[in-house]
Amino acid sequence: MEMLMYLSDFCIPLLLFYMIGYGLVTKTDIYKEFTEGAKDGFQVTIGILPTLIGLMTGVGMLRASGFLEALAGWLSPVAELFSFPGELVPLVVVKMFSSSAATGLVLDIFKEYGPDSYLGQVTSLICSSTETVFYTMSVYFMAAGVKKTRYTLTGALVATVTGVAVSTILGGML
Amino acid sequence: METDWVCTFFDIGGQSIAYIEVKFIFGVPMLNFLWGGMILIAVVYGTLTGHVKEVGNAAIDSSKEAVELCITMLGVMALWTGMMKIAEAAGLTEKFRRAVRPALRFLFPDVPEDAKANDYIASNLLANILGLGWAATPFGLKAMAELQKLNLARGGKKEVASRAMCTFLIINISSLQLIPVNIIAYRSQYGSVNPAEIVGPAIVATAVSTLAAVVFVKLTERKEKA
Repeated sequence: MEMLMYLSDFCIPLLLFYMIGYGLVTKTDIYKEFTEGAKDGFQVTIGILPTLIGLMTGVGMLRASGFLEALAGWLSPVAELFSFPGELVPLVVVKMFSSSAATGLVLDIFKEYGPDSYLGQVTSLICSSTETVFYTMSVYFMAAGVKKTRYTLTGALVATVTGVAVSTILGGML
Repeated sequence: METDWVCTFFDIGGQSIAYIEVKFIFGVPMLNFLWGGMILIAVVYGTLTGHVKEVGNAAIDSSKEAVELCITMLGVMALWTGMMKIAEAAGLTEKFRRAVRPALRFLFPDVPEDAKANDYIASNLLANILGLGWAATPFGLKAMAELQKLNLARGGKKEVASRAMCTFLIINISSLQLIPVNIIAYRSQYGSVNPAEIVGPAIVATAVSTLAAVVFVKLTERKEKA
């Protein structure tokens, strides 16, 4: 675990060092490229703002109504059979369909329990290690005109369940 | 069985970035139900449990909060996309695309080495690895189109996914994210002492889920051959 924490501390600084160093060595106009690229980041963030407003409002209302808490309570007995926190069941389910709706739930968990709490850590890990199964499948296969997806769904679910399980275990060790 | 999405392209400095919003998943207007359901349930449940005032306040506060969050995101995102631009200009991404070739050969034995699909798959994987999900989708769609061409050229049926397509999708869904940029930004907004703390464990979680995907794909392919 300590190794992993070192990795966390070093990952971003090392990556930045490597990119800047590589840029300088290859005589890239790094500052100009950086400022141009940073502009793109603005566009992307502005692009997701409407979605964030909508979904954070939806989840915020749901939290305030007490429904999320009640839902976690109902789901807990089943989730606990797998030593999984009931509070995170809605997140895992929603994450398979819509990443923006999942983001709303993630932010709610961070706000409610704190990003450094057990639930916050597991949430962070689940989000980093799973994807929107049905969203990705439908977008990619529809674009290619594929109707029979064969073993894709099974494989995708195997990967998702593994990701959630590992996240829960690692989150407990943090 | 319709899937429909709105794709907005931003074109800045010759680099186009797509922001894709999905409206329908397999014919179901997913977000209409999810989002609409949240608000309706919140009002009904809040009224029944006597929290209706809080529900109203939450609506106002949350919308305000989304904008505050975006301000944090602006910084982290801009830093990240700026660094990515450097990597692109310095030829680092090209270097990566070449470096993953052996891995692609192992994962996609059906795809010829000189096929265009390889480039798109590599670009898609790279964008995913770097946590730039929105930039990954356009490459992914192009990769699927190329894989479909290969499939048809080989006499496969258009409606049936080829082996390579299944592999590509499963690997994609297993998540490959190395640096979860969004999550780090959210954590920082909500007062984490060390927002990047999860990077190391997240790499492990992602690696294990991707490994599970690869093992599944290889086992299934072997079984189908037999």
